[in-house]
Amino acid sequence: MSEQVPPGPPESPASGGPATATKQEVKSEAGRRSFGSILRESILEGNSVTVIFLAIFTAIVIGGLLNAFTNTTVLHAWGNLFSAPGAAIAKAWDTAIGAYVALFEGSIFNPHTVAALFQQASFSTAIHDGYLGAVFNPLSETCVQATPLLLAGLAVALPYQAGMFNIGAQSQFIGGAILATYLGYGVSLPPVVHLIACVLGGFVGGAALGWVVGELKARTGAHEVITTIMLNYIMVYLLSFLLGNVMQRPGRTDLISPFIAGDAHLPHLFGSTLRINAGFLVALACAFGVWWLLYRTTPGFEFRAIGKNPSAARVAGMNVERSWVLVMLIAGGLAGLAASAVIQGTESSLNFQSYGTYGFDAITVALLGLGRPLGVVLAALLFGAFHAGAPLMQAQTSTPVDIVGVLEALIVLFVAAPPLVRAIYRLRAARAAGVAGLSGRGLA
Amino acid sequence: MELELKGITKRFGSLVANDRIDLSVSPGQVHALLGENGAGKTTLMNVLYGLLQPDEGEILIDGKSVQFNSPKDAIAAGIGMVHQHFMLVPVFTVAENVTLGMEETRPSGLLDRRKARRDVRELSRRYGLAVDPDALVENLPVGIQQRGEIIKALVREASVLILDEPTAVLTPAETDDLFRIIGQLKAAGTSIVFISHKLKEVQAIADTITVLRRGATVGEKPPSATEDELAAMMVGRSVQLTVSKEAARPGDVVLDVEDLTVADETGRVWVNGMSFQVRGGEILGLAGVQGNGQTELTEALLGLRPIASGHVRLNGRDLTHSTPRQRLHAGVAYIPEDRQEDGLVSAFSVADNMILDNYDRPPFSSGINLDLGAIASNAAERVQEFDVRTQSADTPVGMLSGGNQQKVILARELGREHKLLVASQPTRGLDVGSIEFVHRRIVRQRDHGVAVLIVSSELDEIYALADRIAVMYEGRITGVRPPSVPVEELGLLMAGSEVHGAAQAQAPAAEQAGAGESS
Repeated sequence: MSEQVPPGPPESPASGGPATATKQEVKSEAGRRSFGSILRESILEGNSVTVIFLAIFTAIVIGGLLNAFTNTTVLHAWGNLFSAPGAAIAKAWDTAIGAYVALFEGSIFNPHTVAALFQQASFSTAIHDGYLGAVFNPLSETCVQATPLLLAGLAVALPYQAGMFNIGAQSQFIGGAILATYLGYGVSLPPVVHLIACVLGGFVGGAALGWVVGELKARTGAHEVITTIMLNYIMVYLLSFLLGNVMQRPGRTDLISPFIAGDAHLPHLFGSTLRINAGFLVALACAFGVWWLLYRTTPGFEFRAIGKNPSAARVAGMNVERSWVLVMLIAGGLAGLAASAVIQGTESSLNFQSYGTYGFDAITVALLGLGRPLGVVLAALLFGAFHAGAPLMQAQTSTPVDIVGVLEALIVLFVAAPPLVRAIYRLRAARAAGVAGLSGRGLA
Repeated sequence: MELELKGITKRFGSLVANDRIDLSVSPGQVHALLGENGAGKTTLMNVLYGLLQPDEGEILIDGKSVQFNSPKDAIAAGIGMVHQHFMLVPVFTVAENVTLGMEETRPSGLLDRRKARRDVRELSRRYGLAVDPDALVENLPVGIQQRGEIIKALVREASVLILDEPTAVLTPAETDDLFRIIGQLKAAGTSIVFISHKLKEVQAIADTITVLRRGATVGEKPPSATEDELAAMMVGRSVQLTVSKEAARPGDVVLDVEDLTVADETGRVWVNGMSFQVRGGEILGLAGVQGNGQTELTEALLGLRPIASGHVRLNGRDLTHSTPRQRLHAGVAYIPEDRQEDGLVSAFSVADNMILDNYDRPPFSSGINLDLGAIASNAAERVQEFDVRTQSADTPVGMLSGGNQQKVILARELGREHKLLVASQPTRGLDVGSIEFVHRRIVRQRDHGVAVLIVSSELDEIYALADRIAVMYEGRITGVRPPSVPVEELGLLMAGSEVHGAAQAQAPAAEQAGAGESS
């Protein structure tokens, strides 16, 4: 326990790192240090937040390069490099920037829609004809895309805080989707009750799957990474089976469920022209709820203690096994809510691919969000924006949507390797071990 | 070989770990480096061993300046190091470990195992090390593993051997053996640099003592210097080495352990029908060589390990099958053996660690809501009361020194209402100043009527604190003695040679408690 070979300044052992980041929320709450001082420190010390922004920036630069150099016209221009050197570079630049501009217009704000709005004779006709809606449509789409990512991201982030790696957001999503969909078309209830019942059904369906994982770990020691992966397979095939049998839409031969009832839909927030719906609010409320649970309650204290040091938690009298079950139950429920948001918010029915890649996007969102609720919200919005803008980008610049997947992967790659980012930008390696811990520990 | 360090300075950022340190070691001399944890002893030795490069200063061998860029250079120059944490491959034999990194091959290209074995046997015989070259390292006791490390250095023809806290992991008997080996090495002309923070050892073995404090040399002393003198140099102020305490006034039985048997998952019995009692207002010291069931006993007392048979009662209440939380609530305070692993969440703040087993009760929470204000004010209070040296209560506890980490645990456990204090190796790895503090607090709890059970493999600690001494050997108590018992007798009990004493220990030791007032 005494002196070790000091690889760096002895006053900063690696184990001390993660908490600095975690504690900042609490610190600023207590008002001991000003926001400015925290910001300054985090930038000076190359803290995880800085690393994340630089990771995003780097990924965008590399994505742009990839895009520019896989574009056939650009490649052609490079072929004439010696006859027209300027043209090649300009073409590459245009291609990269053009794609990002389209991505931005599709996800946040498109100036053309504003121009169109002001060309209308009167404001009321503009609203009536949907021109106003068009202005806000990109943002609405970003929120719609972000909603399931946010909920599923929380389903990974919460177990991460308790020292577990939930690879099973996919199976939990499917569990929630099955129950929510069934309640949506198979049961008739009064309007508001029906909606609430379906949302709760989504939660319960996911929670059941999460509970299985937690219970297996608590009772038999089965590692959650293994059990969640296996459950993913089981649920994918169970879904196919159900959709081909009891849940198949009458008159169809493909794998698809009936439409859910109208009163089971999550209400739109700003009229029917914009797809943004109450699911987004549910997701934000869940993010707040998870934050509150983790940092303001005794079970959350237990979860975090168990995540950081299960043996000390046990010695302190905490019931580690019960916490595992509880965490996985809640996490599964959150992933199930993501399914509710998709089915009841936008899709209206369940098919054999409804689960998409949410389960795995959830892992990247949680990683990028450093496993913390606010981080997950921001990460989900970023990835939601990518997803929302990608179709317009493809339509306008014929950049393949896949570039968005590459971007996401690059971001997470850089976030997972903070020393790489720090090396690129020559940041001082200080107390930024939080990200390294996130990437390394959960898998260990 | 005459080794000299001149003006060695090593900085880590703004921290000066070594500040112009001079040190010279002559052949056949044992030079002790004495200092508290963090005084820069290990840094200095890492500079000497080529693991770190000094920012200033030079290393002279026989008057010639040398530069070590890696341990390879240092080894080539005849410097060997036995690290505090052994650098051995557990699944290899001693001989294989010794050749690791300098494997010799026969002309056919195969490893020359025979030569390695011969080397080990030869050195083992010459210095009386008694190491079997074919034994797997993982099956050897730490004392023998350490000799494997020494052989490793000797095979590489080390004429200066650095021993970094070599006794930290050894039993008293193993320490004696090590000292005998050091004596033989010395006689053969090897110089030894002996790093330690234990005063008695340094006095016993050293020819010259250099005391370091905060990275700088405080002075050089002969071994005839008194303990108080050395301690004062180490800490920078005068330290009280003996715990001043009044005679115990034992009250009612608080902890009653009856016929306790504890086994591990594999069915191995660690605690075998043990019975003892601890009364309020007395300290029972449980002595014994590590690995005789002490860890399992304390874990069973805390409910962390199932009890196979027997009873544990606290103030007459049966706790045999209670959960850890129920026991904590019933009034057990616990200082675990491994504070990093079992006592603290090092990524948590000091404030959060102060409530680690108390967060679920008022004033820190109501319902499931944590009261952050109460947690913060509790932390501020305790940091003050227990003199925890930390930047703030929000600092992660992992960034504190060992002594301050232990104070955080003490502050938490003693701050809770408790009737029994179970302290396992409460001062392991702590420096003199912190040991003094911990011991004083434990005695104070006793004086407040708390029943205290100290489990320690350090006899000094047992003698300093205990009102009665029980000795544990292979899961049984081999004897209960008053603190006036001579160390030789305890040594015999610790080796299990007086097993008939077990019968004696079964009887409630109340009368012995009465006799337990001396020194």
